[in-house]
Amino acid sequence: MSNGARMRYLGGTAVIGAAALLLTACGSGGGDAAEGGSSGGDVTIEFAQWWEPELPDGAFRELMDTFESENPGIKVELLSGPYASTKEQVLAGAAAGTMSDVVGLDGAWVNDFAKQGSIADLSALMSEDGFDDSQLVSQVQVDGSTYMIPVVNFVYPMFSNDDLLAQAGVDAPPSTRSEFAAAAEAVTALGDNTYGWVLPLSLEAPNGVQNDVMSWVWASGGSMLADGQPALTDNPDVESGIQFVADLWDAGVVAPGSFTMKEQDKVEEFTNGRVGMMIDSLAHVTTIQESNPDLGFSISAIPAEDDYTGERGIPYASWGIGVAENSEHKAEAMKLVEFLMSEETNAQLSSIANAFPGNTESVPDFVEDNELFATAFEIYQDGYPANEFTGLPVAEELMRQLGEQLQKALNGDQSVDDALTAAQKSWESEF
Amino acid sequence: MFTSHAQRTPATAGASRATGADRTDGAPGAGGPPAPTPPSTRAGWERLKRRLTPYGFLSPTGVLLAILMLTPIVMVIWYSLLDGVITTKNSAFVGFANYTEVLTDPVFWTAARNTLVFTTVSVVAHFAIGLGFAMLLNTPLLSHRVKAFFRVIYVLPWLFTVAIIAVLWRLLLNPNGVVNYLLGTVGLTDGQTEWLANPSTALAAVTFINIWAGYPFFMISLLAGLQGIPRDLYEAARVDGATPFQQFRNVTVPQLRPIIVSMALLDFIWTTQQFALIWMTTGGGPINATEMLSTFTYKLAFSRYEFSVASASAVVVLLASMVLAFFYVRHQKARD
Repeated sequence: MSNGARMRYLGGTAVIGAAALLLTACGSGGGDAAEGGSSGGDVTIEFAQWWEPELPDGAFRELMDTFESENPGIKVELLSGPYASTKEQVLAGAAAGTMSDVVGLDGAWVNDFAKQGSIADLSALMSEDGFDDSQLVSQVQVDGSTYMIPVVNFVYPMFSNDDLLAQAGVDAPPSTRSEFAAAAEAVTALGDNTYGWVLPLSLEAPNGVQNDVMSWVWASGGSMLADGQPALTDNPDVESGIQFVADLWDAGVVAPGSFTMKEQDKVEEFTNGRVGMMIDSLAHVTTIQESNPDLGFSISAIPAEDDYTGERGIPYASWGIGVAENSEHKAEAMKLVEFLMSEETNAQLSSIANAFPGNTESVPDFVEDNELFATAFEIYQDGYPANEFTGLPVAEELMRQLGEQLQKALNGDQSVDDALTAAQKSWESEF
Repeated sequence: MFTSHAQRTPATAGASRATGADRTDGAPGAGGPPAPTPPSTRAGWERLKRRLTPYGFLSPTGVLLAILMLTPIVMVIWYSLLDGVITTKNSAFVGFANYTEVLTDPVFWTAARNTLVFTTVSVVAHFAIGLGFAMLLNTPLLSHRVKAFFRVIYVLPWLFTVAIIAVLWRLLLNPNGVVNYLLGTVGLTDGQTEWLANPSTALAAVTFINIWAGYPFFMISLLAGLQGIPRDLYEAARVDGATPFQQFRNVTVPQLRPIIVSMALLDFIWTTQQFALIWMTTGGGPINATEMLSTFTYKLAFSRYEFSVASASAVVVLLASMVLAFFYVRHQKARD
């Protein structure tokens, strides 16, 4: 081959290669995950969630196998990942119209997805399917329609290090705010880098505002909303709850590092025996017991205002479920929702997840086997699940905005009242 | 420069060959009848093919650039001019309203100031530490074995991913961490400093981590540059009676200048884009103390779902980066 011919050949190959690349790129852009595969008459529905990695190996797939055997012709393809990447994947799918048929949802995302029209109205689907929603513990609604069903709930009671409390002369976990403050001061007074309470206020993952701050308000029956709108100011319940947190801070009983602390840091501080009390998810009981088998701890209801006698709200986080609006197999997707919410399956899932069921009739195994879980179940039944961020627009951003103002107040840059006024203003602009 | 050369050469060569062919086929001196005008279309095709050949080679890269770089950039610029993109089905054209919103947000300017401080201090420290260690590794005073040992030690930070670096330093700088223990033991602090959680120390702490993570890149590049400086330049300087400092100032620095300028500009561009380290250590807090343009933009997009405003913020950052990129390209061209 002459030089010229070789050059022409190479040039031609390069042009053809580029064209092929372009065509390939264009051709591959049209794949729609939500279309669902169909082979041999079967319908395949995609289920994106973060649950499978958090459950024992193979346990969730087993449940899906049961579903497939009970519903011939429907296959379930699990798209599993960690919480954060699932959130990004669902968000991207919502934007591109390629959301999986069934999606695991956090209550904090629901309002945005519902307003965007990317998740389906489950009220309508349940009605079409003839599903009895009276068996559901709760439903997350936007404008009167359900968009998410909590499949299992993880409650956030108070954990107390009983050994530390005993050393500090405290006989029993506190049940009122005054008792809590006194116990926290007594534990802090032990010295040696020991503190009474741990408060994560990271702005990266601002759920500490929900679980560790607003929980004080909910535990005394308070609310941060009025008629579905922000009510942080002119609200004695919120003011007293936030002021209580600020008073604990000023008393020096909060473990250092709060402003960048995340949930896992909080659990680590407690597990290492450096803090007397924390408010945390029941999901961490096993982790704490495995990491420090010698740690003597118990769980109890979050302390309420001294004169409060009503039901106590207990914060919770859910593994919620929804159906994509762009799904072409909504009926099949609804069957999967129905399966997961059935009495038997829901009890089974709750048992392996160490969570409380989303079906009122389901009773998880661990309630009989484990004293801590049995106590938590009593707390859960005595009070009511409270998480006012669920269903709000840009819920995580609302937490971050309040978290920022609270940080300023704790840092001495402004008063608690000013923090609430500033947060109220920024919340109103988001609503 | 390369492009114009590549364009000119084949065209010129093609033209000269065509002239030669004309001369052979119908040279007046050959005594034959005047040759008919050669088929100019054939020669034109040949010329065109030769001119297009380089572009054929470049086309895969061009297509990739168009798909992977140009398209997203154009989309983001377009998004920045619309309202409610992604979250609403029918976005409206709002002109520069999103830019006004970004540029009038005080947090944006806090983030811009923090980014400037973080970047400038990081680049200067990367250079100073990188040069110091590179010279140490290049000195003839130490044996090869000792230098090999230090080379491994010094380059270690470069081997960790950002996630590992963030977790590592979060542990070290924890109020109960090793740093506080050591500083408290020797009496330099009270051993209770909240390095990352205190608004007055957080920016310095993340800048320090970034310096630790990034100096090996400078060090390796400068070490390569140092090893490329001819020995006879130093010998000549010594013959002229230059002291070691004068040799450094008049031989080492001028010889390294092209590398230093390139590395500084690149590092400046990269550091302004630093996101993962900030996000995983402080999340932009506490109280905006470490808010950077990257974290500010991320929060707009993925926390507030204001993709239009986030796009406007991203375009502002892009324009700032392009100014730096312009200087970098101009410097590279000057070197060529």
